[in-house]
Amino acid sequence: MSEIIRRDPRREWIARNRLHPDHASVLAEIGGVQVASEWLGPNGVVRKNPRAIGFIGPSGVKRIDRSGLQQGGQATATTTAARESRRTVTIDQPAFLVAVVPDLTGGRLSNHDKDLLGLARRVADADVEQPGAVVAILFGEHKGEGDGELKKQALGEAGIDRVVHLDDELYAGFAPEARLAVLSAVEREMTPRFWLLPDSPLGGADLGRRLALRLGERAATGVWQIEADDEAPLGWQCTARGAAGSLDIQRPLPRVALALAECAEPVDETRHAAEPLSLVDEIPTILSRIEDLGQVAVDPAGVALAEAEFILSGGNGVKQWDAFHHAAKVLGATEGASRVAVDDGFMARDRQVGATGTWVTARVYMAVGISGAIQHLQGIQRCDKVVAINLDPGCDIIKRADLAVIGDSTQILAALVAMVEQQRGGQRDAA
Amino acid sequence: MQPEQQQKQQKQGIDVTVLVSIGRHPITGRARRAEQDARGLELALAMEAELPGSRINVLHAGSQDVDSEVALRSYLGMATGVGMGLESMTLLEQPDGSDAILPLVEHLAATSPQLVITGARAERGEGSGLLPYALAEHLGWPLVNSLASIEKVENGVVTLLQALPRGQRRRLKVRLPAIISVDEAAPAARQSAFGPARRATFSVSPTASDADSELAQWHLSPARKRPKRLKIIKSASARDRFKAAASKAEGKGGQVLTDVTPEQGAEAIYKLLKEEDVLR
Repeated sequence: MSEIIRRDPRREWIARNRLHPDHASVLAEIGGVQVASEWLGPNGVVRKNPRAIGFIGPSGVKRIDRSGLQQGGQATATTTAARESRRTVTIDQPAFLVAVVPDLTGGRLSNHDKDLLGLARRVADADVEQPGAVVAILFGEHKGEGDGELKKQALGEAGIDRVVHLDDELYAGFAPEARLAVLSAVEREMTPRFWLLPDSPLGGADLGRRLALRLGERAATGVWQIEADDEAPLGWQCTARGAAGSLDIQRPLPRVALALAECAEPVDETRHAAEPLSLVDEIPTILSRIEDLGQVAVDPAGVALAEAEFILSGGNGVKQWDAFHHAAKVLGATEGASRVAVDDGFMARDRQVGATGTWVTARVYMAVGISGAIQHLQGIQRCDKVVAINLDPGCDIIKRADLAVIGDSTQILAALVAMVEQQRGGQRDAA
Repeated sequence: MQPEQQQKQQKQGIDVTVLVSIGRHPITGRARRAEQDARGLELALAMEAELPGSRINVLHAGSQDVDSEVALRSYLGMATGVGMGLESMTLLEQPDGSDAILPLVEHLAATSPQLVITGARAERGEGSGLLPYALAEHLGWPLVNSLASIEKVENGVVTLLQALPRGQRRRLKVRLPAIISVDEAAPAARQSAFGPARRATFSVSPTASDADSELAQWHLSPARKRPKRLKIIKSASARDRFKAAASKAEGKGGQVLTDVTPEQGAEAIYKLLKEEDVLR
């Protein structure tokens, strides 16, 4: 093919002539699928068609987006592009290892865990020439979004290079001795340069202190900041909270550190390999002197609303309050309410969820007949999963909810209660 | 087990050592009884009421001066009446800034109590919460953290309730001797009475201890306020940044079920609750 660009003056003329019957088709031909808004004119000048710019917005009004991104229809493409913009990093020959033991509450990496992995990445990637690898030791089932490849991806996106996953009955519940045996085995086989654990009451604080004493290290606890320092033995200086949060202690970062939440930014630019590793040696079984008899049933009404795990919240749409209370009892949920329900006297003031009531942190928040005023949505900002039962499919809580069921709340709750009771009854018969 | 034998053991009770430290009032900074240690002592006193014949020994390692004596005496004022076992406490005297772990280990190994109760962390100094773990590691005893209550003690096995986050409780059985640490989940401590606190005595035993040289090298300063994390939107275009700043928080495309029967809706909710493991 010759390099000369052949022009078709007639076609260009039609493109300029809005009134020509072939105008639309010619424009489409020039600009590919979409109507072209810019093309090279006959004299080498860029021609623009201002009428082809923009798109028809949701209310039927033409909108022009001058941010460089074209048109509403392509918005989804840009978000997927953002997701794929993570750089894939594979570290085959790590110079050293940084071991992290996340809490993995409810089978997922918590925000605290992600911050901690961000910290681990900072330590591992300090020297670009010789990067270290982050090894995560996971106890119990991992329930990341999706399964198979996607699960691995969730770990990789948190910044994990290698995974030692121990999904065994032995490590469930309160089993510090068994978990410590695994960490000791990891220490023997891999000798990581740093051990990072979350300083959280979910288990990290306990396990980390045990590990530090087993390794004979004086752990830094409550670490919230680290900075590179050549004079320190391991190259890092850390700032840690001491004396019940009233002191800042600056000290060289030891091998074992327990870090607070928000100690670093979570990883958001790279995706790591998350290759599974397994331990070579057999882990010695230890006769534990602590026997776990399992969790005790706690009266959900007695749990403070701010720290309840599962909240059943009722609003203006709830008509039969007796049925609502019964449902909360059967499901074992702590009761909450919206402001309307409290004002109307159906629920106590201390049960109110939202900006003027309690800011809740539940893992599952079930909103029944609540439309989702902004104050209420603020109050449930930190909830993981929101389930909404509502008659109106257009209300705000539906947009926030992970699962929304449109229908009559009384009937749906009754059906749910029947289902749970039936399931429990079946289990009791089997036992 | 025979009933008589059981009664005998009930009468015998067990030896409990409560480790106490000197607290710091969060606002004035004055010496006081430490919150968590006082809760630990409260727990021991409650257990003594359940299990008559138990002996409580209060132990502290540190220097003896005017301030600390007032703070330590307020622990002793927590029990009144004759024979409650709090007429005195053991004080392992050592200079300020020395390591308390080794003297405590030696003392505990020598007196060998069956149960050691301690607060989770100190309110002064490093306050790392490592001490109970260090004692457990040195003595080789099992340790349970974050205790809510002691249910019963029999046959050298103690049944405990451990506090979990979100108001949950876990029941554990631990073979004695054991160390248990107490934090905010345990019942609040009772008031301290002034008279018994004044009358109580100290049995002081000086100990040879090493200075904590590592702590001396660290730089300690009053806690700075931690910077609040900003919501960082990494995006090339101003439009995306504006949208992120101005729009309401939205779920990441939740599932919406319309036109379903109540049973189908309930089924979907039930599945989610099962998945999240909140149904017990």
